[in-house]
Parts: sequence; C-alpha cells; structure tokens
Amino acid sequence: MSTRSQVYLWAAQRLSAMVLALCVVVHLITLIYAVRGGLSAAEILGRTQGSAVWAAFYTVFVLAVAIHAPVGLRAILAETFGWRGGLLNITVAAVALLIAVLGLRAVWAVIA
Amino acid sequence: MSTLEVKVWRGGEEGEFQRFEVPRLESQTVLDVVTHIQRHLDPTLSYRFACRVGMCGSCAMVVNGRARWTCRTHVADVTDGDSLEIAPLKNLPVIKDLVTDMRDFFDKWAAAQGQFHPTTTRKDDFARVEPESPERQQVDAGIECIGCGVCYSSCDVVSWNPEYLGPAAMNRAWTLLNDVRDGANEERLAAVAGDAGCHACHTHMTCTERCPKQISPTAAIAGLKRAALKAALKGKL
Repeated sequence: MSTRSQVYLWAAQRLSAMVLALCVVVHLITLIYAVRGGLSAAEILGRTQGSAVWAAFYTVFVLAVAIHAPVGLRAILAETFGWRGGLLNITVAAVALLIAVLGLRAVWAVIA
Repeated sequence: MSTLEVKVWRGGEEGEFQRFEVPRLESQTVLDVVTHIQRHLDPTLSYRFACRVGMCGSCAMVVNGRARWTCRTHVADVTDGDSLEIAPLKNLPVIKDLVTDMRDFFDKWAAAQGQFHPTTTRKDDFARVEPESPERQQVDAGIECIGCGVCYSSCDVVSWNPEYLGPAAMNRAWTLLNDVRDGANEERLAAVAGDAGCHACHTHMTCTERCPKQISPTAAIAGLKRAALKAALKGKL
C-alpha cells in the first residue's frame, strides 16, 4: 500500500471517529428516551419505519463504523501479531464490507 | 553506613540480573552506583557514559523499570527503600550488560531525512530567521534533543513495530521541516508518513513524559501528521 493511501486511511479513521462521537451521543440519548415507558418492538418500529431522518442517521452511523473499526483492526493486527502486507489489507477490507452489509441490512429491517 | 541492594543486568539478549551491595551515599546518582560496581566489585561490567552532567546522552539505562539518564538521577529519587534494578535500554539489541547497540536508533534518524539539506551555498548571504516566527518557535521546542534514546526505549509503538521510526527521529524531522533554510521537505514528509512513521503514533505520550530535556516528540509527531495529510491532499506525497 502506498504511503499516500496509508495517510488517507489515518485521515479516514480520524474523520469517522468524529462522526461516531456525534452518532453515539444521539444514539444513547434516543435509547434512554425510548425505554422510559418500557421497551417494545412495536414502539421502536413505530418510530423508525418510513422515517427518512432515522434511515439517514443510522446509514451514516453504520458507514462510519464500517470505516473506523477495520482501520483500527488493521493497526491492532499489525502491532499485536506482526501481520502486515497485502493479505492483511484484503482481510480488513472484507471486515469493512461485512460490517457495512450487516449494518445496512439491520437499518433496512427497521426502516422499511 | 547503609547499603544499597542493586540488581544489574548481565549478559546480552540472554542473561540475568546479578546482585551487588553498594555503599549508600548522600547525593548518590545511579551512575555513581554503576561506576562503584565496576571499579570495586566487578571490573568486567560494561556500561557507557561520558560527560556525567546530562550533556552527552550516553548513560541512559532502565532504572527500576523506567528509562532515564543515570548521571542525572539521584538514587534517593527512584528507590523504594534500598533497592535498585538497572537494565539496558529497551527496544535496542543488547551488546553486553548495560550497553545497547544504538545503530537502529540512529539509522532511523537518517531514514527520517534527519540531515539538513541546504538551499544556499557559502557564497550566499546569511539566512535571516526571525526568532519570534512560528517556524523558529517550533524548531526551538525540539532542537535540544541530544539523542540519548530514552524516548525510543520508552515507546510502546517501537516495541510493537520494529520498523517504526520512533519519537527522536521524528522530532528531528519536525525541526528540519520548520527550518526555512531546508530544501528537502517533500522527501522528508514522504519518509516520515504512513504505517512506519508518524501515523502509527498512538499518542500515549510516554516519550514526552520521560524526555529528560522536556521535549514533546508527541507534539512534533502530531505536526508531522497534519503536514503529511496536507501534502497528500495537494498530491505532493
């Protein structure tokens, strides 16, 4: 991987961290608000189904996680197990794709 | 007179701690202790020192788990009771006893483009650098490094990634990046960016905490991260 790509990965992780900081706060506040009168699937779906705002919010959230976590995982695997090179990059790219697919599928499930 | 129980690393990469009893003296430094052992108890003990006053940077060792200059460390400041453990610097190959091979450390200074690349000749006039200019202030913050290796020995990222350039080399690169007379900043940024350079720093700040000169390599590395990203966005990396 070129030096420039490594720098862009670093920048992507920093930017996604900023997005995540905001998303996690909104998510936690919503969570505390949502369970006030007990938690039910119907109540959650009532809030999220057909909502463009929640769809956009959780799509951004999922994509930020799909960027942030694999970049961090790449550094952890390299530093802990000395694993470097092409196979590592392919592996973490696959993890990124997996997180994005599973996350977006979950968003779709509560929005559609 | 009370005695100090001292455990000193003996051997190379493989070895063990050897116990010595050293007379406890007032205002005694750790270097005094090591010197006493070599002169009076075991002349085969190997260690490095030169100036004894914190100028040369050659006597750094790991004392009770922390890398320090032994010449400027009073025994009273680092002992719990009357025991000391003295080991060679971490993250460097041990040659013998307390002496490490500093080659990797200095080779990385060179790899980080730690050399000055002049843009003028001796026939040109002196460069004028305003002492108050932001660039000169950045240089001032890091220029007093004497290359003792305390930061390199203390850095977790070096222990996890042997290719990592380390705090001192990047501090040097940062001082040159801010030297308005230097003409090799594109090459320098390319040398210090990425997985083996500034972007691998976890900002643990151990280098900054342990630097005997109170330099902050962490701040220098943060500056390099920003400069490298700017260069990448401009297509100059």
